[in-house]
Amino acid sequence: MLDQSITALAAQLRNKDISSIELTRYFLERIAKLDPQLNSYITVSEELALKQAAKADQLIQQGNTNALTGIPIAHKDLFCTQGTLTTCGSKMLHNFVPPYESTVTSRLQQAGSVMLGKTNMDEFAMGSSNENSHYGPVKNPWNLDKVPGGSSGGSAAAVAAGLAVAATGTDTGGSIRQPASFCGITGLKPTYGRVSRFGMIAYASSLDQGGPMAKSAEDCAQLMQAMAGFDDKDSTSSETANDNYLSNLNTPLTGLKIGLPKEYFGDGLDSDVANVIMNAVKEFEALGAEVKDISLPNLNLSIPSYYVIAPSEASSNLSRYDGVRFGHRCEEPKDLLDMYMRSRAEGFGQEVQKRIMVGTYALSEGYYDAYYLKAQKIRRLIKQDFTNALQEVDVIMGPVAPTTAFDLGSKTNDPVAMYLEDIYTLSVNLAGIPAMSVPAGFVQNMPVGLQIMGDYFAEAKLLNVAHQFQQNTDWHLQTPTMAKGA
Amino acid sequence: MSIDKQDVQKIAHLARLALTEADAEQYQHSLSSVLSLVEQMQSVDTDGIEPLSNPLEMTQRLREDLVTEDNRRDDFLANAPQTEAGLFLVPKVID
Repeated sequence: MLDQSITALAAQLRNKDISSIELTRYFLERIAKLDPQLNSYITVSEELALKQAAKADQLIQQGNTNALTGIPIAHKDLFCTQGTLTTCGSKMLHNFVPPYESTVTSRLQQAGSVMLGKTNMDEFAMGSSNENSHYGPVKNPWNLDKVPGGSSGGSAAAVAAGLAVAATGTDTGGSIRQPASFCGITGLKPTYGRVSRFGMIAYASSLDQGGPMAKSAEDCAQLMQAMAGFDDKDSTSSETANDNYLSNLNTPLTGLKIGLPKEYFGDGLDSDVANVIMNAVKEFEALGAEVKDISLPNLNLSIPSYYVIAPSEASSNLSRYDGVRFGHRCEEPKDLLDMYMRSRAEGFGQEVQKRIMVGTYALSEGYYDAYYLKAQKIRRLIKQDFTNALQEVDVIMGPVAPTTAFDLGSKTNDPVAMYLEDIYTLSVNLAGIPAMSVPAGFVQNMPVGLQIMGDYFAEAKLLNVAHQFQQNTDWHLQTPTMAKGA
Repeated sequence: MSIDKQDVQKIAHLARLALTEADAEQYQHSLSSVLSLVEQMQSVDTDGIEPLSNPLEMTQRLREDLVTEDNRRDDFLANAPQTEAGLFLVPKVID
């Protein structure tokens, strides 16, 4: 069952070759056996999963199904799930049981999916390695000494190891694409505003975007079909009509214009990773696509701009954690200020405290124009680069990250080195365009993801491009050895 | 760009974070390196460029000023560290 797509599993459920309860038990048993090595889940919601599976089986009996009915999936522990612990990877929320459901999880639940549990993540989605979780680091299923990528590393590791059919993730600066690349799965960061942020615990509100993580582009399309679309509970949700993400998957790629930005292939990119990406591009040429060299001249400015905008928004969003209404409160505060200051210092980890302070500094009197306003102006230059490029080509391709997954602990003492890992992903969030990571090969047995970027609301096109590649390659079908042992 | 320990304590106070001396020393180093990284922006000429805060350049939607949610006070109080008589309890603010 490990290598079966959502479509194939849905057909088996519909034909009653298997029940959702059996399928759910299969995954719960795999989690019990393999997750002690990976640490990809913070909470396994076994009782709820079996209840939802029983309900799905009833719907199947009645012939009332769609593609997700009875399919066991996992949610990043950043989506609020009513009645199920939601920690955002933080000690601050170690006891938080949301009284409401996020739109994403609610829509996937209404489509009949079964929630296996909540996946581990960098605290408040801040990180590129999943080493910043209060619940300990997640391990990469391809090599347990390596990071799975962050911040949706738990979701990526769980899908790669066959501990869920698919999962939800969120991407503020690359947090769906980079772990998807490091773990050899397919992940889509939709256009900003395409998927509702209601009930997603906020990190940087003008950058955060939820999206699907799965084995294939087709499975991502199945999830998008349920989770995307306007939501009046999110004031930044787009009213642009939804596409049908499945019906477009088999469009031939003849004449597709692919742009290769020279800035994505310069110094800092591992030469073996570059070879994998160029081989993937050749595969697209064989499918009828045309390649054109392009330029995104402000790419280097995306890192400084992001590390002002994201921490500034975080310092504002995380001001709600004050020990009054929910979350951690320090022991015996002597007054209100002491309670705020100690609760926050005890509840937040170091990376979160650091970003809050960077943001507080950038927004403070006398520095606002030089930092925050300047970063917002550079953000427009970055958006303009993409807009110009996408007038010449249909999609842009390049690597997701400069290297494959790195060793656990190897970059924790050098925050700037860690931040530079995100060079190829951050600009996409600043511009708000959609982008995917698609498995494209291996370097020393570690997966490499190809990044495919497109114009605003071009998710259907990206999924089609990725699906056509996956119809002609088998990189997405590879399974880590540790996952075969259960 | 480097900042001193006093600056770190001032920022931490504004951010409502209680730092020990050892914490402040550690953050002094890491904040300085992040601020040096973002300094690169200053070399770019951005005169005449409009700042961009929302990638879709949307304006906030408005709705009718109507109550749309039920009052679920007990549900929302359930996560609070300390409550009494339907209220959040905090340390004494006024003597």
